[in-house]
Amino acid sequence: MSGIIARLNTRIGDFSLDLDLTLPGQGITVLFGPSGCGKTTALRCLAGLQPSQGEFYVAGEPWHSRPTHQRQIGMVFQESRLFAHLDVRGNLEFGFRRIPQEERRIDFEHAVTWLGLQNLLDRRTDHLSGGERQRVSIARALLTSPRLLLMDEPLSALDQRSKQEILPYLERLHAKLAIPVIYVTHSPDEVARLADHLVLMHQGRAVASGPLSEVWARIDLPIPLGDDHGVVINAEIVELDSRWHLALAAFPGGRLWVRDAALPVGSKVRLRVLARDVSLALQHNEGTSILNLLPADVVEIREETPAQRLVRLQLGATPLVARITARSQHMLGLHEGQSLWVQIKSVAIIP
Amino acid sequence: MPIDWQPILLTGKLAATTTLLLLLTGTPLAWWLARTRHWMRHPIAAVVALPLVLPPTVIGFYLLVLLGPHGPLGTFTTSLGFGTLPFTFSGLVIGSMVYSLPFVVQPLQNAFEAIGPHPFEVAATLRASPRDTFFHVAVPLARPGFLTAAVLAFAHTVGEFGVVLMIGGNIPGETRVLSIAIYDHVESLEYTQAHLLSAGMMSFAFLVVLSVYLLNGRTNPRNRT
Repeated sequence: MSGIIARLNTRIGDFSLDLDLTLPGQGITVLFGPSGCGKTTALRCLAGLQPSQGEFYVAGEPWHSRPTHQRQIGMVFQESRLFAHLDVRGNLEFGFRRIPQEERRIDFEHAVTWLGLQNLLDRRTDHLSGGERQRVSIARALLTSPRLLLMDEPLSALDQRSKQEILPYLERLHAKLAIPVIYVTHSPDEVARLADHLVLMHQGRAVASGPLSEVWARIDLPIPLGDDHGVVINAEIVELDSRWHLALAAFPGGRLWVRDAALPVGSKVRLRVLARDVSLALQHNEGTSILNLLPADVVEIREETPAQRLVRLQLGATPLVARITARSQHMLGLHEGQSLWVQIKSVAIIP
Repeated sequence: MPIDWQPILLTGKLAATTTLLLLLTGTPLAWWLARTRHWMRHPIAAVVALPLVLPPTVIGFYLLVLLGPHGPLGTFTTSLGFGTLPFTFSGLVIGSMVYSLPFVVQPLQNAFEAIGPHPFEVAATLRASPRDTFFHVAVPLARPGFLTAAVLAFAHTVGEFGVVLMIGGNIPGETRVLSIAIYDHVESLEYTQAHLLSAGMMSFAFLVVLSVYLLNGRTNPRNRT
């Protein structure tokens, strides 16, 4: 039993949260939803900062009756919340010193180097930039050697540049640490870059939970994603075309030509394909500038607005979502179960 | 003309004792007032603030009644073998503590409230127990409040007169503090001695208040470059 089970409920005024989650014991689980859906409250319940009833197990151990300071969590808050009376080193050592030596699995020098804090250790916290503050707060949380890392919109208070500064650290976290992470965000970009497992929250409930590529491809959910609707495909670079600066990415169910992002053959990548960049054709269309033409099956068609339809397709084992007009659906006579061709205009590569 | 050091030393001893005891008792009270949602917090805060608005003679009068040989506290202290406290140094300490209580509790309460809930939540996620958090987060973050409280309690005790007059009287070396000594000198038309002590107190008060501003200025991050 290495997973996380949380069946918790709580009330704050008129809002009620009713959580029923079973999450993997590794990788990054993103709680995603519009503001007010209860994702931050859910995280606070897991941390024990918000009182709740129910049960909460981490790797088979019951945590629900433990107060916050007895849960082996690390928590990163939106506003970094560094202690103003301590310098950077003092903040990092605060949690570190409170962990018994034999429970320390992350070493001090390591965390410092890893988040690039070597030159900041003796700084006062009010002399740090937003991105630096957040790096300190991530290192501070990691230094408690947590068994579960909770991150509450760690990037949303940062400007674009600081976000780009932090994201690689979060991705490395993913690659290097075996600690399960629960990450709250309302940014589809962060979901696409970081999530392994996705939980969609709506009005205090988890309405969908599963591997990113599956949940992200669902079109039957009550959360309007607008232009962010799309899928993330896990793929591998299998071929490089140096003449045209292209790379071929293969995944179960097809291959896509993408921009050559200087990644060698064999690299694992994530491909983000937005619904608005996918169009449908009944025949294999030769005279087009679009590089990627793939055969697919229509699985489901749903009305998004009176003028627009979302179409869920299957490329072998890989799901894909297309957005088309209601008129096109009518003209092409699209129906569920049909086989056709998808044309993919643009693919974003996430290394 | 020789300076009579006795009232000066006695005043210093009284103010130091009062300040120390008030910080020890006022800190938990201020912490409770800052954190609780209990309905009693308003009545209790009002009682703490009473010395700000009551004439010191009223406080002195009731302390005299309570601590006197027929008062409930007086009977209690007598039964413990301490005798009665009015007109003793201990009685003065108790009177000063009551009189200066709001000057300790209010700055501390404000300082604790100004911290907000966030640092305490962070401390809990970093494995600090509530007690650990109090000593290693709340107290250091409320440091300017402690400085203000200590200085105000000390200075306010040095400056008290009415309460001392009611429950202390004028016993040299026991209850004859500076303000009483000055009053005595003026009564007996010894203006030179009165000047000497008064001018000394003026300079002391100025230095104390100035040091509060300087200390708070240094701990306030706004004033750093």
